[in-house]
Amino acid sequence: MSRGRSKSPIPENGILPSRVPPWRDPEKRALAFQLIVLLLVGTLSYILFSNTQANLERQSIATGFGFLDKEAGFEIGESLVDYSAADNYARALLVGALNTVKVSFVGIIFTIVIGAIIGIARLSSNWLVAKLAAIYIEVMQNIPVLLQLFFWYAIFYESFSSPRQALNPVSGVFLCNRGLIFAVPEAHAAHAWMGWAFLAALVIGYGLHRWGGKRQEQTGRSFPAVRIMIALCLLLPLAVWLGFGAPLNWDMPVLRGFNFSGGVTVSPEFSALLLGLVLYTGAFVAEIVRAGIQSVGKGQVEAAMAIGLRPGQVLHLVVLPQALRVIIPPLTSQMLNLTKNSSLAIAIGYADFVAVTNTTINQTGQAIEGVALIMLVYLFFSLSTSVFMNWYNKKMALVER
Amino acid sequence: MSDQAKNPPRDYLKPPMTEVGVLGWLRSNLFNTWYNSLLTVLVALLLWQLAPPFLKWAFFDSAWNTAPEVCYESEGACWSVVSKNINFIIFGFFPDGQQWRPGLSMLLLLGLVFYSRDRNHWRRSLGVYWLIGLSVMGTLMYGGVFGMPVVETAQWSGLPLTFMLSFFGMVAAYPLGVLLALGRRSRMPAIKSLCVIYIELIRGVPLISLLFMSSIMFPLFLPEGVTIDKVLRAQAAIILFTAAYIAEVVRGGLQAMPRGQFEAADALGLTYNQTMRLIILPQALKIVIPPTVGILLSAFKDTSLVVIIALYDVLKTTKVSLSNPKWTGFSTEAYIFLAVLYFICCYAMSSYSRRLEKELHTGH
Repeated sequence: MSRGRSKSPIPENGILPSRVPPWRDPEKRALAFQLIVLLLVGTLSYILFSNTQANLERQSIATGFGFLDKEAGFEIGESLVDYSAADNYARALLVGALNTVKVSFVGIIFTIVIGAIIGIARLSSNWLVAKLAAIYIEVMQNIPVLLQLFFWYAIFYESFSSPRQALNPVSGVFLCNRGLIFAVPEAHAAHAWMGWAFLAALVIGYGLHRWGGKRQEQTGRSFPAVRIMIALCLLLPLAVWLGFGAPLNWDMPVLRGFNFSGGVTVSPEFSALLLGLVLYTGAFVAEIVRAGIQSVGKGQVEAAMAIGLRPGQVLHLVVLPQALRVIIPPLTSQMLNLTKNSSLAIAIGYADFVAVTNTTINQTGQAIEGVALIMLVYLFFSLSTSVFMNWYNKKMALVER
Repeated sequence: MSDQAKNPPRDYLKPPMTEVGVLGWLRSNLFNTWYNSLLTVLVALLLWQLAPPFLKWAFFDSAWNTAPEVCYESEGACWSVVSKNINFIIFGFFPDGQQWRPGLSMLLLLGLVFYSRDRNHWRRSLGVYWLIGLSVMGTLMYGGVFGMPVVETAQWSGLPLTFMLSFFGMVAAYPLGVLLALGRRSRMPAIKSLCVIYIELIRGVPLISLLFMSSIMFPLFLPEGVTIDKVLRAQAAIILFTAAYIAEVVRGGLQAMPRGQFEAADALGLTYNQTMRLIILPQALKIVIPPTVGILLSAFKDTSLVVIIALYDVLKTTKVSLSNPKWTGFSTEAYIFLAVLYFICCYAMSSYSRRLEKELHTGH
């Protein structure tokens, strides 16, 4: 090729000369576009920030988190840690955050149970059961969760009578407009030891499970580790309890004046919140479970039965591992939804984090810090849940060659 | 052999009674195994225990349009709490005598929605109809012309407010969500990280925190003397919240597009805008119809959260009616009425989406 030919539009090394005008060069265009967007966002933030500064100065609101040290001065209905009105705002917020954790944790467990039951019922070959499950799912999904909370709270407050005429379905359990009150065994030294025995059973069971798995890999003989573990978990604490002479004194709720004393009280706010969240989210989880089970091909089940697995083994070794892979990601987002929806507690007066923060904002006027705290705490809950679920998901994920 | 072929048997054997008809259906659907039979009997017993008292409460013993005093004496449900307060529950603080205006607006909205259901009507003229319809609705609600007195937005409440918040919430959040999804898939690092931060931040916090932000924090952002209507602020919060969720759904659709589609569009020499508008988005948005409708339904249900920042949507007006001492104690009935109302709207939307999905299905 002669030197003169190299003056053609495309040079030998394939790179276009930089005669392309900048607005036709995708890279430069992208750079300019990004700069403009960043500039716009920056300007907007600056305007908002300076406006806020000016407004705060005008209303003479001090910024910063100094208010956390001041005395809160309001009572909180229920709390997992010691709290009184003399404690500071930080303590009050901690109480609120713990209440959020409490309702979310209990709610998630109940939701998975309800969702699994309804989801399996939806697939039942029994027409009546399948139709009832379908109706449940359709109805619960289509009614706002806030309305459901109001509904259950109203049931507690209006339909249940005062403690004096409390419903008493089973001995030691009372249902009235102060909530659900039930008897618990009286505290005894044996209980701590029973807890340790339970932990020990778990550890032994885990060890057996590992050993059984290894033996099965080497010799092919299976070992009923899970059953032994369940038996240990029940029997070891029972043995400890019997060893202590089977102490069984019930802390019975007794009507004193206008309310019960003794036993454990679940407040109507907590019960209504839990009921509403669980029934609502359970409907969504049921659909997820149904889709997960349906995603496992029929051939898988037939093949498993053909190689002689028992129905329990088919479910445990073939269907569930594959279904869980489909179920877990959407299930995670439902758990997060439940946690976020627990913030609706404020509407029925349960002292969750948002409710406590709202009171704090009303008392101190620290709106920006308050809303920022709410967002931070929920971001923390969301991120930690999704980190855990991602880890679990990775563990369950298909290992591909 | 040939004899048999010539003379087919005269009387055909009928299938056994237990395998066909009502009996067969019962057998195969309710009593096919012993535990299914047990389950059927148990569930039927439970229904038998629960259904008659409920029907008695809801229909036979109930009071439908009576004074509250009648309700105190009756054993059944008091639907009067709804029927006697229906004007306030539906229209809230809209002035008496003017309530035909929001009523007409809602009818117009329903009419337009009903008209738009048919895909044969999806032409350019439909957009014009919507524009005309929305401006007529706005004029009807606000007034100030044709002798209609002005009604400030602060008085817009009840069902019209719920419809307004959810309608504009959905309509504005959808395009915003698509833009955010495109931004998140963009190759420009600044755009991508801005979109990722926005989406993850919004999805990580509850809607309430955004509503709080709109009601107590947002006024601090504005320069002195400028105020924005409370309803509008809540509307903005709902839009921003829904858009982040739409964005994640649409991103799923974009990720499901095979590379070949992008490459083919590039090979044809289409620009980015053309590629997205003509090739990618029509396919991507179609495959995500079911989850998108799920998000839109939640947006509709979530408008009820404005109760917490004291906006008078239909849930709040119901609560206000219930706080009247004459009607306290009948919350259950009022909430059941609202639940039916929400259920009808949501069910209509989700069954329409199922139909649309079927109609747009072009697979082979």
